[in-house]
Amino acid sequence: MQPAYFDAATAVPLHPVAKEALIAALDEGWADPGRLYTQARRARLLLEAAQGAVAQILGVRSDEVTFTPNGTEAVRAAISGALAARKRVGQVLVHSAVEHSAVLHAAGEQSVSVKVDNTGRIDSAAWESAIDQPGVGLAALISASHEVGTLQPVEWAGEVCARHGVPLFVDAAMSVGRIPVPDGWNLLSASARKWGGPAGVGVLVVRKATRWVSPWPHGQGSLDLPAILAAAASLQAVHAEAASENARLSALVDRIRATVAATVPDVEIVGDPGQRLPHLATFSCLYVDGESLLHALDRRGFAVSSGSSCTSSTLQPSHVLAAMGALTHGNIRISLHRETTSSDVDRFLAELPGIVKDLRAEVGM
Amino acid sequence: MTAELNCLGQRCPLPVIALAKKLPTVAIGDIVRVLADDPAAAVDIPAWCRMRGQEFLGSPAPAAFEVRRIS
Repeated sequence: MQPAYFDAATAVPLHPVAKEALIAALDEGWADPGRLYTQARRARLLLEAAQGAVAQILGVRSDEVTFTPNGTEAVRAAISGALAARKRVGQVLVHSAVEHSAVLHAAGEQSVSVKVDNTGRIDSAAWESAIDQPGVGLAALISASHEVGTLQPVEWAGEVCARHGVPLFVDAAMSVGRIPVPDGWNLLSASARKWGGPAGVGVLVVRKATRWVSPWPHGQGSLDLPAILAAAASLQAVHAEAASENARLSALVDRIRATVAATVPDVEIVGDPGQRLPHLATFSCLYVDGESLLHALDRRGFAVSSGSSCTSSTLQPSHVLAAMGALTHGNIRISLHRETTSSDVDRFLAELPGIVKDLRAEVGM
Repeated sequence: MTAELNCLGQRCPLPVIALAKKLPTVAIGDIVRVLADDPAAAVDIPAWCRMRGQEFLGSPAPAAFEVRRIS
């Protein structure tokens, strides 16, 4: 039995281009780009090429791109730097109720959460009213939900922010490398391991007209240049493959959503059916403990993620599912990637109904 | 008539399972009050009502949820 890894939303297996680039970069890009000798100049050129490649794909200028040690660090730097530049205006962070926990943790004391509908999309009246309050320093909106896949109206949210002079930060970790990020934002973060690059590379973009105080006034310290080069090379590769991969994965996700709904009784398919990421499907099964379901799937060779409280260290249910009013127990998120095959999905869909049935039988349901 | 189910200290989905087993034993129109302090219960009991076509009446007190059998 070939194990099937269905947790691309946490980390995508390293892209072959990333692997090649990483090995080459270990020879070529090990020197400190800040020094003045030949090896350092070479490293500097490689770093600038990586910035340029990422900038081109994101449609921004090279000097607006900064690499960070991971996506969470990019989120923290975006939020703390933007709020630090807005001390006189206000320190309130307005964010959707379905942001990644990295955003919520960086939010600080003064934050306002904007509710979402049952598909996970922000409530437009609530967003407008939250942005229209005094003291708003920054707004944060995830480009697409990492838990349920629903796309957010980033461009519209950015227009509302612009009307009120509030900068918008977009956590685009789920989108970059797969789908275009709409315009209208001032700061953006992404994470290389979500597109098939190495772990340990985050991307922070601060647009030119945006006021931002660097959280690293004395420099960032040394970064993992070989990993950055591999991240940039793999981003170019996945960007080039994106149209065909999205069509393929989106068809698999449609099949998962339709088949699970048809073959598993008392199941809720979560997230917007149309306006969603191409590679991610989420559903919740009544009367099933998420942790038991995750372990049962793991024993059959399926690696999935869950938003159920029993699978989190805090024993709290997913704040995303809770904000949507979706069933939080028995929850499974399946996220696909370039190595996912149609037969992996077929095997999953064939085995899932029996696994759920057995777990329900154990609790007399 | 209101029946009470004490699920305090139980982790989800146990309170929802208890509710699903209890509700068919009460008359249509009757209410089951579930006492549950697992943080997921506040989301999962209304979600169960929506999925199973029963009426969620709200939370009259902390860690208490009322459901009316309507079918």
